[in-house]
Amino acid sequence: MPHTLFEKIWAAHLVAQRIDGRDLIYIDRHALHELHAPHAFEQLETQHRPVRRPDLTFSMQDHTVATKPGRNDSTNPSGAAFIKAMREGSRRNNIKLFDIDDPEQGISHVVAPELGMVLPGATHAVPDSHASTVGGLGALAFGCGTTELAHILATQVMALKRPKSMLIRLEGVLGAHVSAKDVALRIIAELGVSGARGHVVEYAGSAVRAMPIEQRMTLCNLNIEMGGRSGFVAPDDASIAWIAGRPYAPKGAMWDRATTHWRTLKTDAEAQFDREHVLDCSTLEPQITWGTDPSQVLGISGRVPDPSSVDQSRRGAVESALAYMGLQPGTALVGMPVNRVFIGSCTNSRLPDLHAAANVVRGRKVAEGVVAMVVPGSTKVKRDAEAAGLDRVFRDAGFFWGESGCSMCAGGNGDRGDPGERCVSTTNRNFENRQGPKVRTHLASPETAAATAIAGRIADVRQLRLGQA
Amino acid sequence: MQPFSTHTGIAVPMLNDDINTDQIAPVQAMRALKPDYKKLLFMRARLRDDGSDNPDFVLNQSQFRNPGILVTGQNFGAGSSREAAVWGMLANNIRVIVAKSFADIYRENCLQNGLLPVVLKPQDADAFIARIMTVNGAAPFTVDLQTQRISGPSGPDITFDIPAADRTRLLEGLDDIGLTLKHTSEILNWEKRMAADQPWLQTATDSRTS
Repeated sequence: MPHTLFEKIWAAHLVAQRIDGRDLIYIDRHALHELHAPHAFEQLETQHRPVRRPDLTFSMQDHTVATKPGRNDSTNPSGAAFIKAMREGSRRNNIKLFDIDDPEQGISHVVAPELGMVLPGATHAVPDSHASTVGGLGALAFGCGTTELAHILATQVMALKRPKSMLIRLEGVLGAHVSAKDVALRIIAELGVSGARGHVVEYAGSAVRAMPIEQRMTLCNLNIEMGGRSGFVAPDDASIAWIAGRPYAPKGAMWDRATTHWRTLKTDAEAQFDREHVLDCSTLEPQITWGTDPSQVLGISGRVPDPSSVDQSRRGAVESALAYMGLQPGTALVGMPVNRVFIGSCTNSRLPDLHAAANVVRGRKVAEGVVAMVVPGSTKVKRDAEAAGLDRVFRDAGFFWGESGCSMCAGGNGDRGDPGERCVSTTNRNFENRQGPKVRTHLASPETAAATAIAGRIADVRQLRLGQA
Repeated sequence: MQPFSTHTGIAVPMLNDDINTDQIAPVQAMRALKPDYKKLLFMRARLRDDGSDNPDFVLNQSQFRNPGILVTGQNFGAGSSREAAVWGMLANNIRVIVAKSFADIYRENCLQNGLLPVVLKPQDADAFIARIMTVNGAAPFTVDLQTQRISGPSGPDITFDIPAADRTRLLEGLDDIGLTLKHTSEILNWEKRMAADQPWLQTATDSRTS
């Protein structure tokens, strides 16, 4: 019987079925962060339960760390307790910690693949909803809460009901300055914020195959924004080449065995998915959100909706989003003045994201009055970007160049906007108050964000590149 | 985990769809390892800029000051996996959320904490929500997990479905880790088998230091 790759990975990791009917799925790699892990360490200690496989578990400091150069534990005063509890909890439990000053510190979803901890066909868990970022390498990743995190620490399995499967086929060739971020935003616009709820999504098709691994990670990162349980891209030669030589990746004879296996990780031709969706990417323009959830998306040349012309059931939500965002019905976003631009987060902070933004910025200046920030996704990305001179490009233009962390994505580290500010951001959620009380967030790609910083207004990067903005 | 059998309380309508965890428990307000989860719940909507109560917010209205049941729309709990969005409910004695649907991770977090997630049957949803609005906190509703029944003023009891395993776990307050640890020998066997079949999955070491 033909099977989807999701079914194959699930079956390979099925340890047992629990008495309550849940499948116990083995977790090959578990990445923790300081916002939630300290509470799970405490739960386990109260229950006198040890961590089963500290050797498959990694601790990161990412959500609460300051981005200011020269930072320490208390540069973000409210982060200090989390950072300290993470350090002590990791030490007590013999878990390798990438501490605030570690040369490989960074956002877990960026660091774990970059160090080769994430492998095709492996399962991965993080107490964070953006866990499936690493699906870009063909890993099956689940976000979880704090109590589930304690469960994984104690048992190395997750007790899950098997989700349904969904295929999203992306066809066509992406236009210039159109990226995986734009594709993902368009998918969420089409399927809605709960469109993939209860499903594991396999992204396939020629447009996915053409994407570099970092773009595939951006695509899979945003899977949760339509409620998906997980999302991944089947591995191929590009994934295997990307992993080769990374510190935690298998070596020597084991590498050869692993790659032989990874090449078999495919959905069978006749396999059935519970749902399928197809998007032609060839006519896609850069996308940007106008509202307060990630499905409220426009092509950059579009206009914000008029509540009177949308379906009755959505009218209230559209009116409320327009009011929060300070937008009039029917207006264009291009040309709208902005206060802030943020480039970073697990969605768009890898080296190619920074290259793409820097190519827009090079030789230009951030518009007067705009606060523009770049926060690399890991300390390694930062180092590599500096070796390529990207920090100079950004700094010369007037950008803040920060230390790695989650930063303004959720603002857990104190980086945030001021009330009423409009911010174009490469992050993943434009929820009300997320980037600071009353901050108006527009999600977009690194290139759109960079072009906006230069123009001081929401910009179509394709026009800026032609010198028209 | 605290078992759940039945809960009686004022049913609060909060009828928007897609209420997300940033609304329920804003991360920027979680400034301590153990914040005041009672105050954290819907903090942005609950408080005005000067820190006083926002009188327009439903939980600040006198009849809803001591809620027991939250009634809401589609996809409740979208967004982050943060469990504080469940702990905030419990700290306010809200032990049942009645919704048209839940975000996956949020629903799992409810089950881990003895918070009952009730999904309304589509044919009952609109009438039940209208009834909650009419009652307007004047009298409590009771949710009984044993009989899978919601009862209260102004109408007949309605029933709800919940997977049998989730129901048992809540009723008995079963320790999730304890349930899984009964399978320790199978976990060990899986590890042994995988160490032979796909050894790269059972080892994660830094080749620069090993």
